[in-house]
Amino acid sequence: MPKKLMKGSEAIGEAAVQAGCRLFFGYPITPQNEIPEYMSHRLPQIGGTFVQAESEVAASNMLYGAAGSGERVMTSSSSPGISLMMEAVSYLAGSELPVVIVNIMRAGPGLGGILPSQSDYLQATKGGGHGDYRVLVLAPWSVQEAADLVQDAFDLADFYRNPVMVLGDGLIGQMMEPVEFREGRTPCKELEPKTWAATGFDGSRPRAVINSLFLDPEELERHNRRLEAKYRAMVKGEVRCHTYGADGECDVLVVAYGTVARVCSTAMEELEQRGLKVAMVRPVTLYPFPYQAVRQAAERARAVLVVELSTGQMIEDVRLALEGTRPIHFHSRVGGMLVAPEEVVGKVEAIASGTDEEVTHA
Amino acid sequence: MPETVVFSRPESLLPVTTHYCPGCTHGVIHRLVAEVLDELGVRERTVGVAPVGCAVLAYNYFNTDFHEASHGRAPAVATGIKRARPDLVVFTYQGDGDLASIGMAEIVHCANRGEKVTVVFVNNAIYGMTGGQMAPTTMPGQVATTCPLGRDVEQAGHPIRIVELISTLRTPAFVARASVHTPLHTVGAKEMLRRAFSYQVRGTCFTLVEILSTCPTNWGIPPAESTRWLEKNMLPYYPLGVFKVPEGESRAPRPLEQ
Amino acid sequence: MPQIVIEPDRCKGCELCVHACPQQILGMGSQINRKGYFYAEVVEARRCIGCRLCCIACPDVAIEMRVHGTMYHYFSY
Repeated sequence: MPKKLMKGSEAIGEAAVQAGCRLFFGYPITPQNEIPEYMSHRLPQIGGTFVQAESEVAASNMLYGAAGSGERVMTSSSSPGISLMMEAVSYLAGSELPVVIVNIMRAGPGLGGILPSQSDYLQATKGGGHGDYRVLVLAPWSVQEAADLVQDAFDLADFYRNPVMVLGDGLIGQMMEPVEFREGRTPCKELEPKTWAATGFDGSRPRAVINSLFLDPEELERHNRRLEAKYRAMVKGEVRCHTYGADGECDVLVVAYGTVARVCSTAMEELEQRGLKVAMVRPVTLYPFPYQAVRQAAERARAVLVVELSTGQMIEDVRLALEGTRPIHFHSRVGGMLVAPEEVVGKVEAIASGTDEEVTHA
Repeated sequence: MPETVVFSRPESLLPVTTHYCPGCTHGVIHRLVAEVLDELGVRERTVGVAPVGCAVLAYNYFNTDFHEASHGRAPAVATGIKRARPDLVVFTYQGDGDLASIGMAEIVHCANRGEKVTVVFVNNAIYGMTGGQMAPTTMPGQVATTCPLGRDVEQAGHPIRIVELISTLRTPAFVARASVHTPLHTVGAKEMLRRAFSYQVRGTCFTLVEILSTCPTNWGIPPAESTRWLEKNMLPYYPLGVFKVPEGESRAPRPLEQ
Repeated sequence: MPQIVIEPDRCKGCELCVHACPQQILGMGSQINRKGYFYAEVVEARRCIGCRLCCIACPDVAIEMRVHGTMYHYFSY
């Protein structure tokens, strides 16, 4: 397929279609309406199904039913709607169902605003629903990467039998960039047929019951340990991140994800001209978080700067990674305001000259 | 010559410009609610509950205290307010996504418990604020952004008639449907709202007034033409009138066949 | 006699009042207001019968009606 100029939201929808997703259940919420709108006209073209549910609660449960029937399914929403889906995410993880959930983050809390933010990091990575579960979280920084990660997300979801979340923000959803959907893409995991799906008990396999209820505590403990092992496998095998900028010793290591990392990379060009050595680690999987990569990169830096569109969420994972070995500085904009490259430049210069205070959690 | 002002902005409406599109009848309905609150003299003890939808900023337009509710939950929020302070006049102002889609459970149960609040339900057969998606009240064949080939009743079912649905509940209530597509219909809508709020002031029952409204922007036609579209396409399906009064019998369901 | 007063800066040019008037005394002007809308104007003040349908139709409370002296006046036919 040739390169096409597409809106992020539409590219996400098309990527799902390319990955074999034929069912989409969603509900309108700004700023991701283009995803359900795109799916509502694209899916019928290929014999797929689009349903606008009565709410996100309903949409996420429709997802549960369709996933339990063995189909590749996706939903999308934005922060307040994702909150409504959290109960279903817990059920999906507990029932070991593969789904792809796209969160185009907007400013919160509550009804908040409609402009971009990164304030759902903790909700996505530490669980927003109840119980011991995790969701594999992928964070693109461009429309092309969003399309690629959505396709990977379906493979990862099927392989681990777990929800996978693609975490974007209003910028990714709304901006238009060239996208290429590669012909003959191979899945990023080796997949097996979904014999566990509830498609009718005809005697050819044991009866399939999609369920997360285990009243016997010993059985539930075994179940939780099995889920735990899955998450350990994700931590071992699925970490993705990229490092940019100065090799070797540097003054400041920046840690940022998504569109904020793009702003930081612009700042880094300017800082290089000003003679400062800056490197950046950009996590692509937010769960599992690249603790090792951040730790190793920080060892060759004098200080670490975390930049987020939140009042401090990913910084907690950075703190875990560093275990007190380096001072951590923080720059943020919230409420839908965006970080400008000049702000990052100024902050790095202040850190390098010793005039910026590190943040402490005590 | 002495000058008398015989029509002006009601006290319960703030002297601000609204963000509603030109020709959007939200403005008319806001004014009717405000006029009724003025006439009943209850402005100072009225609390409104705003929805998520075009009227999300309703709290900027009414000269009363207000709560913002999350999408669909206004009847529940109103229940909380009225149970906490029964002396207040409580109203919700909701669109078709808020009330008939995500908020279906909340409106049914608020009506069923007989909460003494007034629900103003604005039905314009589409989702306005989010850019024109299909609503539960969208007409068959009507084009919206999530049914680009027109609402297909095989896939999405038929539009929901809220007034008829709520009228089947046993709990006494005042339930009516009106329209604001012509000034004469608007006068009728004001009468329905006046009756609804009067029931609340007397502490009688739950009240709901569904008001058929236009959405020129998302219907894609000018305001005057959209009033004609409403008359032609919505009126036959959504009949106007009073469907339930607290003094009368509820519509006992009878089977089609024995 | 009745007088219709339209506040230009409140008008959004929707034309509902023009269609509402049974006497067809309102029209859209050629000036734009502060928001960039062409606003409605009284074109034929003499034939106003004070029915207030324009006020009732206006979504933006841009129209006021005032009465000077009596509501009644006799206009030529």
